[in-house]
Amino acid sequence: MNAIQYDLMTALPEILVLCMAMFILLLDLFLKPSNRFLIYVFAQLTLLGAAVLTLATHVPAVGYAFNGLFVDDPLADVLKLGVYLSTSITLIYTRQYVALRGMFRGEFYALILFSTLGMMIMVSGQHFLTLYMGLELLSLCLYALVALDRDNPNSTEAAMKYFVLGALASGMLLYGMSMLYGVTGSLNISGVADALLSGAPDHGVLVLGLVFIVAGLAFKLGAAPFQMWVPDVYHGAPTAITLFIGSATKIAAFAMVIRLLVQALFVLAVDWQGMLVIMAVMSMIIGNIAAIAQTNIKRMLAYSTISHVGFLLLGFLSASLNGYASATFYILSYVLMTLAGFGMILLLSRKGFEADRLEDLKGLNQRSPWYAFLMLIIMFSMAGIPPTLGFYAKFTVLQSALQAGFVTLVIFAVLMALIGAFYYLRVVKYMYFDEPEDHSPIVAPVDMKLVLSINAIGLLILGMLPQRLMDVCAYAIIHSIQ
Amino acid sequence: MTDLPILSLSIWVPIVAGLLVLCTGSDKNASLARWLALAGSIAGFAVTLPLYLDFDFANGGFQFQERLQWVPAFNIYYHLGVDGIAVPLILLTSFTTFIVVLAGWEVIQKRVAQYMASFLIMSGIMIGVFSALDAILYYIFWEAMLIPMFLVIGIWGGPNRVYATIKFFLYTLLGSLLMLVAFIYLYHQSNSFDITEYYRMPLDLHVQVLIFIAFFMAFAVKIPMWPVHTWLPDAHVEAPTGGSVVLAAIALKLGGYSFLRFAMPIAPDASHYLSGVMITLSLIAVVYIALVALVQQDMKKLIAYSSISHMGFVTLGFFLFNPLGLEGAIVQMISHGFISSAMFLSVGVLYDRMHSRQIADYGGVVNTMPTFTAFAVLFAMANAGLPGTSGFVGEFLVILGAVQVNFWYAFLASTTLIFGAAYTLWMIKRVYYGEVTNTHVAALTDINRREFLILGLLAILVLGFGIYPQPITEMTHATVSQLLEHMASSKLPTL
Repeated sequence: MNAIQYDLMTALPEILVLCMAMFILLLDLFLKPSNRFLIYVFAQLTLLGAAVLTLATHVPAVGYAFNGLFVDDPLADVLKLGVYLSTSITLIYTRQYVALRGMFRGEFYALILFSTLGMMIMVSGQHFLTLYMGLELLSLCLYALVALDRDNPNSTEAAMKYFVLGALASGMLLYGMSMLYGVTGSLNISGVADALLSGAPDHGVLVLGLVFIVAGLAFKLGAAPFQMWVPDVYHGAPTAITLFIGSATKIAAFAMVIRLLVQALFVLAVDWQGMLVIMAVMSMIIGNIAAIAQTNIKRMLAYSTISHVGFLLLGFLSASLNGYASATFYILSYVLMTLAGFGMILLLSRKGFEADRLEDLKGLNQRSPWYAFLMLIIMFSMAGIPPTLGFYAKFTVLQSALQAGFVTLVIFAVLMALIGAFYYLRVVKYMYFDEPEDHSPIVAPVDMKLVLSINAIGLLILGMLPQRLMDVCAYAIIHSIQ
Repeated sequence: MTDLPILSLSIWVPIVAGLLVLCTGSDKNASLARWLALAGSIAGFAVTLPLYLDFDFANGGFQFQERLQWVPAFNIYYHLGVDGIAVPLILLTSFTTFIVVLAGWEVIQKRVAQYMASFLIMSGIMIGVFSALDAILYYIFWEAMLIPMFLVIGIWGGPNRVYATIKFFLYTLLGSLLMLVAFIYLYHQSNSFDITEYYRMPLDLHVQVLIFIAFFMAFAVKIPMWPVHTWLPDAHVEAPTGGSVVLAAIALKLGGYSFLRFAMPIAPDASHYLSGVMITLSLIAVVYIALVALVQQDMKKLIAYSSISHMGFVTLGFFLFNPLGLEGAIVQMISHGFISSAMFLSVGVLYDRMHSRQIADYGGVVNTMPTFTAFAVLFAMANAGLPGTSGFVGEFLVILGAVQVNFWYAFLASTTLIFGAAYTLWMIKRVYYGEVTNTHVAALTDINRREFLILGLLAILVLGFGIYPQPITEMTHATVSQLLEHMASSKLPTL
């Protein structure tokens, strides 16, 4: 196999998604509205095909392609599978929602696939330019997706905010990258790491560059003090898009943190640890305390995301393989919880009714004990109460931070988790302790009901048997990061 | 000895039964849910009986052990085992569940299946707490117990239930989270979550003190000790009768038990070092809370404060570090389990008829409910520590133990015999005796056969253990001596 063949083989899933996205864009022009369902099927098949290709080309070793622009390591494969799975679940949950709101069009699916492609490139980026390209591909699609419901002023406003702040963040990231390039003379991640290892050229400029990189990443992750866009975008965007922004894209942002901070700038770990501590603390404070005051579930979950990001950052603090593995475990658990949480809002929504206020959950236990039970699991999982997946997620990051000696920080984190528990309990309170105001039946396609049930019950089962998922995360990290 | 995994069965039979009850669905099948729950609770009680029958009384260590690998990444095991302290509490749990199911029979009319299922599931989880020998397994059971209790108080509770249940949840969670940090710390020291491993591990005094404080936060809230007791009166008052019974009879014992299982053997030097503080807090609970109980207008609140005061005896007994005190404390835990259940059930009987818990709304109940009053007076006497009831044995042993340590401890502790009698009997006088004050009381009907059965069973147990407490003391004896022996040897690392 010559180099070109190897390169193409390595990027086969990306190539597939790219071709299919363009195909869907074209196909949409020739389809009668009654046959639009085909697009949905094609999008799902694309994700399935990409998953098969990723699994088929998987080797437990690191492989570089396109002259070191692109990397295929076990971490990339695991995270990509996470992206496919969450995107696929997103499509299942959102089908009815977008159909009822006139968004069931080719653009929606093409944009989702293009953003998936962007995420895949981010996950596999081994070069600052590749990473940046993936990020921009993702971001531009997301701006468009947020504004997709164009007659809705809230969505338009959210898209505008997202665009302005997102562009600013991208700019910061790029600026930081350019400084690193200036000092190390390389844009390649391994190249930067090697240059830093062979003696730090100019520490001052490096740290300045690092600050910009960390700020850019914090923007994308939604960590405080760069969290301002999160509540507005989560709230303003159509719930279907919020679901997508809240789940799959976090995996890609996580991958970027690993690539940039851990793989390229490991030598500066002492410097970024300090920044991450501050961001983690601020995210946990802002996320948990501001969430208490929210009356809108989407906004509440946005703040909950911010606090989850704070916990996620704890995993990086130890700068050890154990820590990264626990962070990977956290991000995957978080994505599963978010999918289920927003999936529940989508389930309760119907034409002309968003079901996004906390009051809309009132008396859900009387309307449907099963879905109330599922939401109960989701909320307790987000709060980190055993026996749910959320508990082990918090447990793994806390133990890694404690291992690195951050005792005060860990105690602070658990106190913040306590505050966080309050607003999740409030959701349970609305569902179980209040009488319903709305008695309309819950209508949803069978596949959505089924997947949502599996998703939520999965949180419970993974909470009792977390070993498999932990193994996968540890495997991905150990075989990818030297 | 049989080969059956008795502890696993004790945990999972009620949980599975609870899930089955949940499957009966809406209130259309309420009577099916009731009978299924009753069957489940009887089965749950039956599977715990071998723990007593096959127990090796001479062995102070862990018996009926089960150990399976669970989460190898963190060396977490599904490790169960019980000693002489855990077995009586497990039996108490499964028995109380049966009582609670019976007590909610006609009283609970809405969402019956969920009510019954909550208690069955909670019962399995609490037995899990009493039998887990792996710190994370224990922690999972400990926290998981909050979820059904949160729902029970919140769904079937009184008017201020939301406030009470959220307070209950957050208060308990606060302590537990710090305990989790302590567990993770111990894990990094020993690379294990095995509790018995922690017993052997040497630890510096300042580390022991920190660990002890973390455990203290978790357990003191649960017991509850003064000054972190304030959630209990709220939770008790708002909870439905069944919820109050489980809270008082078992949930509080989780805290007491955990002191013996974790705080004391893992940090023995810190326990000795801080015993003065612990005894002071216990005595404040015994005396001050008893005085608070004296002025309560609400019967449930009065019993709640009385519980705190009695649990003060338990912690006092723990930190005397002598066999009398410790055995007395354990007997007190069991006996309080029966007496407080009975007291809450009695209030429940009145509340179901009058929908009021205010002492002032009653008076002269004896005229309309003579049988019931006989029971109520018996339980009140037991609560006050009358000789011949189980309430006396525990208090007497603890006071004897206290005399050996310090006369003034014993003196202050024994004031409870006066205060306890005062607040209980004064309530009895105002509620049950005197003239019939209003027409509602005049219209009361005496207890039915179901209520008679429940109260009768509890009365037999209260009297039985009062006259013949040996089954408990024999069972705990070997474990208590082993624990005290362990506590006597220092765990400080030798330099």
